[in-house]
Amino acid sequence: MEPSPHTAQSNPPVAATTSNLTEKDLIRRSASTVPPPARQLEPVAKLIDVSKCIGCKACQSACIEWNDTQPAIETNVGVYENPHDLTPEMFTLMRFNEWDNPQTGNLEWLIRKDGCMHCADPGCLKACPAPGAIVQYSNGIVDFVHENCIGCGYCIKGCPFNIPRISKVDHTAYKCTLCSDRVAVGQGPACAKACPTHSISFGTKEDMKALADSRIKDLKSRGYENAGLYDPPGVGGTHVMYVLHHNDQPEIYSGLPKNPRISPVVNAWKGMTKYLGFAAMGLAAAAGVLHSTLVGPNRVTREDEDEAEKLVKESV
Amino acid sequence: MPVKDIEEGDAIEPGPPVVVDRYTGGARINHWVTAICLILLALSGLALFHPWLFFLSGLFGGGQNTRAIHPWIGVVLFFSFAGLFIRFWRANLPAQVDKDWLTHADDLLAGREERMPEVGKYNAGQKAIFWSMATLIIVLIFSGFVIWDQYFADWTTIPQKRVAVLVHSLAAVVIICVWIIHVYAAIWVRGTIPAMTHGSVTGGWAWRHHRLWLKELAERHRFKKPEAPAE
Amino acid sequence: MTNSWTDIRNTDLVVIMGGNAAEAHPCGFKWVTEAKANRGARLIVIDPRFTRSASVSDFYAPIRQGTDIAFLLGLINYCMQNDKVQWPYVKSFTNATYVVKDGFAYQDGLFTGYDESKRDYDRSTWEYDIGPDGFAVVDETLQNPRCVWNMLKSHVASYTPEMVERICGTPREKFLKVAQMISECSVPTKTMTSMYALGWTQHSKGSQNIRAMAMLQLILGNIGVRGGGMNALRGHSNIQGLTDVGLMSNLLPGYLNIPVEKETDFTTYMSSRTFKPLRPDQTSYWQNYKKFFVSFQKAMWGSAATAENDFAYQYLPKLDVPAYDVLRIFEMMYRGQVNGYVCQGFNPLLAFPNRKKITESLSKLKWLVTIDPLDTETSRFWENHGEYNDVNSATIQTEVIQLPSTCFAEDNGSLTNSGRWLQWHWAGGTPPGEAKRDNWIMAQIFRRLRALYEKEGGPFPDPILNLTWNYQNPDEPTADELAKEINGYAVETLYDPADPTKVLLEKGKQVVNFSVLRDDGTTASGCWIYSGCYNEAGNNMARRDNTDPDDTGAYLNWTFAWPLNRRILYNRASADLQGNPWDPSRKLIAWDGSKWSGYDVPDIAPTAKPDVVGPFIMNQEGTARLFARGLMRDGPFPVHYEPFEAPIANVIAPKIRGNPVARIFQDDVAQFATSEEFPYAATSYRLTEHFHYWTKHNRVNAVLQPEFFVEISEQLAAEKGITPGSWVRVWSKRGEVKAKAVVTKRIKPLMCDGKKVHVVGIPLHWGFMGQARKGWGPNSLTPFVGDANIETPEYKAFLVNIESTTPPATV
Repeated sequence: MEPSPHTAQSNPPVAATTSNLTEKDLIRRSASTVPPPARQLEPVAKLIDVSKCIGCKACQSACIEWNDTQPAIETNVGVYENPHDLTPEMFTLMRFNEWDNPQTGNLEWLIRKDGCMHCADPGCLKACPAPGAIVQYSNGIVDFVHENCIGCGYCIKGCPFNIPRISKVDHTAYKCTLCSDRVAVGQGPACAKACPTHSISFGTKEDMKALADSRIKDLKSRGYENAGLYDPPGVGGTHVMYVLHHNDQPEIYSGLPKNPRISPVVNAWKGMTKYLGFAAMGLAAAAGVLHSTLVGPNRVTREDEDEAEKLVKESV
Repeated sequence: MPVKDIEEGDAIEPGPPVVVDRYTGGARINHWVTAICLILLALSGLALFHPWLFFLSGLFGGGQNTRAIHPWIGVVLFFSFAGLFIRFWRANLPAQVDKDWLTHADDLLAGREERMPEVGKYNAGQKAIFWSMATLIIVLIFSGFVIWDQYFADWTTIPQKRVAVLVHSLAAVVIICVWIIHVYAAIWVRGTIPAMTHGSVTGGWAWRHHRLWLKELAERHRFKKPEAPAE
Repeated sequence: MTNSWTDIRNTDLVVIMGGNAAEAHPCGFKWVTEAKANRGARLIVIDPRFTRSASVSDFYAPIRQGTDIAFLLGLINYCMQNDKVQWPYVKSFTNATYVVKDGFAYQDGLFTGYDESKRDYDRSTWEYDIGPDGFAVVDETLQNPRCVWNMLKSHVASYTPEMVERICGTPREKFLKVAQMISECSVPTKTMTSMYALGWTQHSKGSQNIRAMAMLQLILGNIGVRGGGMNALRGHSNIQGLTDVGLMSNLLPGYLNIPVEKETDFTTYMSSRTFKPLRPDQTSYWQNYKKFFVSFQKAMWGSAATAENDFAYQYLPKLDVPAYDVLRIFEMMYRGQVNGYVCQGFNPLLAFPNRKKITESLSKLKWLVTIDPLDTETSRFWENHGEYNDVNSATIQTEVIQLPSTCFAEDNGSLTNSGRWLQWHWAGGTPPGEAKRDNWIMAQIFRRLRALYEKEGGPFPDPILNLTWNYQNPDEPTADELAKEINGYAVETLYDPADPTKVLLEKGKQVVNFSVLRDDGTTASGCWIYSGCYNEAGNNMARRDNTDPDDTGAYLNWTFAWPLNRRILYNRASADLQGNPWDPSRKLIAWDGSKWSGYDVPDIAPTAKPDVVGPFIMNQEGTARLFARGLMRDGPFPVHYEPFEAPIANVIAPKIRGNPVARIFQDDVAQFATSEEFPYAATSYRLTEHFHYWTKHNRVNAVLQPEFFVEISEQLAAEKGITPGSWVRVWSKRGEVKAKAVVTKRIKPLMCDGKKVHVVGIPLHWGFMGQARKGWGPNSLTPFVGDANIETPEYKAFLVNIESTTPPATV
């Protein structure tokens, strides 16, 4: 097995390598159960240091190139975001927010690379009804398997970050794969490789947390007292993490949720409703069987027929 | 007794034996289209409801087709049921006797139907099924539109869709239960099914279960030719 | 760049002014983030707009475009007033102590010798006082009121923080914060780097913008040291190479000069190029000028260049004007004085100012040849594209010949980056369709021309007929062959002058570097500063060893840097008068008592004693110039002049419009607007999603930034009733464009001399060809005026008006 890469910047292997992400490495598979994997892959993570990001969109460009997608050439609608949102052809997007810091009176241009967070507790996978359409590997990558996807869009409802998009062409869901095809052979994600300022790093989750610590220290030395790591526990932590200068207010970064978790509505839908539903339907059917056994059929009697004939005769 | 209890085509064939026409051909076709839609919807919907039942998607040619066809069947159902609704709503309006009937529902279940009050074309239980179906279908079609992403993804927000999908699945569970009751009642009360297959029931069946309806037909001389001229 | 991209990681303070490195040089900007992350370096951004660079800065200060000199002289004044000076450096390594000649003076925005009718100075008084020994007079005590230091002190005295605020619109406290941060770098153990680009060069006083910062860096002792320097971020991957190999009408390769018409013979030409030292024992390296010039002539004409014919000096053209720069050529074209134009890898219709004039000029040509991998707007200037290119094709008689060429990834060769690294690259693909390599195209043209001259003769065919063309395949010289020619070789066997029996280099061998070039015709070198790039050791540009002993950022075995693989110019200045590094933690080279050595190639003779020979070896003084003598056309010190189109009058000298010696053509003066007609201060710039007018041909880039827009403040949008994303019309006295409006907090109105100045930002990447949506660029609006010294057009500061409008008709 290839060791997991520690950074996207380090020189990746050049020899042909077999994929280390196999069916046997799945820890979750949508609408199905998988046996516990025999081996545990080193958990990986992408660390996006927002304080280093210059919004150059090289990540978007690399993502388009690597995944060979064809986003539309749109228009300018008065902002820097292009495409204007994540699309089935654009798995990552720089989001720009001009924020007046009320404490310093200074303008801050907060630029965040949006895309799949690869939650440890993935809402998309939880919501998915199609067996094997969404899988989670033991290294933390949450991936969509398009041949199993039925295009129902439940993953969109399950996702706390509004990430998956359904293609109008093949009616399947798309999102960032964390370049699972690259990571599987010891390479870093395309976006991390393309990032000119090392704002995007890739490696083991442990290493990325250590790197984040050093970045947070630097940011605190520059007066960002609330600098911190965004690794939200509400979804069990994520395998895409942010270093934020204002970790106390993630929502100023173009609506990054403060405490993301799978919506209670989704939990109710995918949890209680199923059991209650089966119970109710089962009970209804069982009640019928029981009733039929105990009471027996409700038959029309000879007297009923006679009464009817009598009535009819009288009326006629 | 108001006229509303008699529907188009209801008539007594004096016999003997006495046969009572209960549903016209149109009503029966309408019913079975609705029934087939409902069954298909239940099968395709259950396929997406729980992984144990995902195999049901095989009936529709796989998950993609199931996902694509389910909402369209829903649209057909909606219009089909709308037809039934127009036919049946009047006779299903609540009546004074329904209350009385409901208080004796346990007698009915226990097989002591003789203790039940006389009812018209529909008893309170049937009316409950009718109005439940009508309500649930409205709920299902609207919540269905909210989650029909292929065409209406941009019409609502994701939190709204989440509520819609929950409501849709709950409503589906309820409607399936209602359907089970409906089907069981049709089987349990022997002689009911011909009403929807041949359109008619025996005079005894009408006497036993819907005596007011039968009496009213008789009173109003709703007899089928040639035995008696219609008024 | 005096330093290299990789060296920026060694700095303590990055000042981005006159550029937007994060936006336009994102890959180079990584070294800023490295310095910040690993050294705790701070970043200051000074710009009219809150740019992408500003978004990751520690401090941002706004400034009105075209007022950088006032800001910089304000900083110099601050340092002088507050004794924030690296004194030993300034006294020993600059000309602060030199006494200026009597007669030189400055008053009301002008120096001695101005002739308004010529728009030029008589610069004879802009010189040092020369003593009886023939050397410049110095006053080590700095007491002489006419020494450079005191002259400079009085020159900058009026640029107080209040004056800076009045001119630049930078709030006083923000200016003072910047000044305080910068002045901390006057201690020997702290360095600042200046990263600038076209935000400084594209002004009518662009050269002086850069000089002002260079002077500040000298005062802070930041030139020649690790993490310091004047770092020009070049606008193309190989624009450094363009100037290095002399692709200018007045230059020969290696910054040698094309003769002017007064220099009728070689002796006259050389007489003004002796470069005698102005102080005792100084290097004055340009004393070797003749060696480089003769070696160039030998590379060009081989055996036809002989001592007897002054090494074919007469083969060179003689300039009748200072330069045939782009503005002059188009002015001549406009006047019908140009028949044909060969446009290789250039898109002047969009890239030059005043597009209307460019269109009319091109329409007057008999023929136009474009050599380009892309279908450029220039190639299609005659084609009607509705509002986007509203020409009447029927009236244009210019014959256009498009020669499709390859792009860099389809060819071997080298690119010279901003840090002077010659980086070899290998073809990564085969040319598509009919595309041909530039070398092939040029060879075909040359060979056909030579055949014509052979057949038909003419008044002086010799330079063409005798041109050296010793390539294996004369139809397509290879990049390796050209690189070897540039490096140079021994024309004859070279013997040691001290021992004539000792062979230094066999005839035909590659010279090791320019130190062995000779002025007797025994060596040839196509571009002396590049010599060493491809010697007997092989292609040094292709080296890819990224070892870096002690992490200095030098990477001496990675490619080849000119000159002599030196990574930091003037690196002798990183050590004090005893030869010890100013900052031991940032050692570059040191004197061990007998010679210089260290991490970089010493920029001094290895045995030059540290207390004798000055570090600025290219200067006759051996020191750096705070006072530039007569070497700049517009003054030995920078002066604040407003742009030719400015929202306010010049506060320093209200009567002077623009730079008094900037080159303007009379017809264009009538097209300069006043702030009454055109109230808003516009500037043009790049976006990171695109590269010039190239990448709009690429689908991915077009996706990332699809459509032309202009940026305005929320205040201006409110005043003009402009909503975000709506269409606006922006017009100047020379033309108009339609664009989408981006309304932003990142641009804020500035208060300048009591007047509210609105800034309109105009990015430059759209045209009527390619994948992106059709649009315009700023150059439909920009004025036709060039810098006083190097004629770079004033793209960065001009006046416009703006209003809401309807979408352009779709074509």
